Amino acid sequence: MLNAKIVLFQRTKELNAKITEFLNNISEAAIIFHQAIMNYMQAGDNDDFEAKLNNVSALEARNDQLRRTIETKLYEHTLIPESRADVLELMEGLDKIVNMFEARLYQFSIEKIDINENLKTLYEELSESSVNAVEALVRSTRAFFVNISQVNDHIHKVMFFEKQGDMIGTKLKRQIFDNPDIELSRKIQMRMLCDDIDSIANQAEDVADQLSIYTIKRYL
Amino acid sequence: MNLVFLFYLSSGLFLGWASGANYMGNVFGTAVGTKMLSFTAAAIICSIFITLGAVYGGAGPASTIASLGSINTMAGAFVAVLAAAFAIFMITKTGLPVSSTQAIVGGIIGWNLFVGLPIDTYALFKILGAWIASPLLSAIFAMILMSVVKLFLHRFPLPLLYQDLYVRIALILTGAFGAYSLGANNIGNIVGVFTNVVPFNDIKIFGIISLSSTQQLFLLGGIAISIGVFTYSKKIINTIGRDIMELSPTAAWVVVMSHSLVMFLFASENLHNFLVKYGLPTIPLVPISSSEAVIGAVVGIALLQKGRGLKINSLGKVAIGWITCPFFAAIFSFIAMFFMQNLFGQPVH
Repeated sequence: MLNAKIVLFQRTKELNAKITEFLNNISEAAIIFHQAIMNYMQAGDNDDFEAKLNNVSALEARNDQLRRTIETKLYEHTLIPESRADVLELMEGLDKIVNMFEARLYQFSIEKIDINENLKTLYEELSESSVNAVEALVRSTRAFFVNISQVNDHIHKVMFFEKQGDMIGTKLKRQIFDNPDIELSRKIQMRMLCDDIDSIANQAEDVADQLSIYTIKRYL
Repeated sequence: MNLVFLFYLSSGLFLGWASGANYMGNVFGTAVGTKMLSFTAAAIICSIFITLGAVYGGAGPASTIASLGSINTMAGAFVAVLAAAFAIFMITKTGLPVSSTQAIVGGIIGWNLFVGLPIDTYALFKILGAWIASPLLSAIFAMILMSVVKLFLHRFPLPLLYQDLYVRIALILTGAFGAYSLGANNIGNIVGVFTNVVPFNDIKIFGIISLSSTQQLFLLGGIAISIGVFTYSKKIINTIGRDIMELSPTAAWVVVMSHSLVMFLFASENLHNFLVKYGLPTIPLVPISSSEAVIGAVVGIALLQKGRGLKINSLGKVAIGWITCPFFAAIFSFIAMFFMQNLFGQPVH
């Protein structure tokens, strides 16, 4: 019986460590993503930018692996049976965010988008608000696993940064299309990039909405 | 002599097997239903602790059953128990939890009516009173425990995975305690009527463990229950674990704990003696229905949530099972006594 209990504790500890690593990787990917955007705005697609893209790719690959391991362990050992489906959905939603970070950086790397000097600050601000939304989401998720009473302390910040991102995005798109010197094809390309960066905050908001429901369910 | 006794005892073993399904459902139904424990792990723990409880703690409640109707022939005991087993077997087939206590009391009353002996009304009322008190007590325990657990988790929230782990360990420990108490409380139902006619001698195993004749009888009963646990309990687990109300793992633990406490209160000779020693009001050592205790606890939790999620239809079916079981057992016992005496020429009194 004692041996079984030690195994149970060990298993829980390992799984907890994997979830923590998964969340740390999202947070790290968010920081690197923002640094890469700043770097691109200042110096374009250079080696430093590509190195950051590779870092985010590596984190994305590692998180895919972690997500699969966590999902398998949860089912294999029938852990948290009542919250299992919710946790799996949460992990999938969070994992998608890292995929989006990677996809956006590839977009810069492949398309070599030429951005007007006067628009660069707005792109940086947009990236910052998306990253802030993701950071707040990671903190809410940590609270969900560790101290559920604190989830709502962070979740409202996700909504705040998402809204801020929408406002910056609208402003940016207006400036793009109000400028007669930019040809239409570049306007559309920059608008798409703006929407794509903003969609990271939207995804964070969607996951936060799910998290709110899971939190209420756990309180019942 | 022993072979004849073993033949008659076979009805007790049949009753043990049929009851085993119910016992497993009652002790671990909520834990298995909420997927917190696997069926196999629950069945192993349940079997071991029910048998231990039967052998080492079964004397008190069994004496109450013996006093209800002193069946003094093996044929009479055989028929009374067979009637109870048959009633349980039939009702368990429908997936409803049923009480071996109610069934055996029905079987003994059938014997009393057949032989024309007066029923010990004091013992009968003691048992009936406990049947009413036990689900109420269990519901009250469940409401108190659930409120305390909720308050605790609000004040001191545990990490999700560790909460899961602690609830799992608590379910195992409490389930083991519940199974022990249940074995102690209910073994009297299974083979209690044979205690007056048991022909075994006291034995010593490996020179360390000594077993009286009654304990050997209870051990056989415990083994029969264990076989029932493994082979016949899955339907009941679904009824207890899911059909009456969807429970959270924490609520599942509260149900198991409330059930275990109630079974313990009505089975523990030590507690009884302790209360007597200090002149406190005692709790009668009476075999109670473990199904009633479990359902009482589930209803207690539902009441705390203002009845939300309680499936009244399933509950109604369970209540019908409780009422029909003793009647069915008494009628079957009465008819079978007639055949045993007049067709097979065996004295039942």
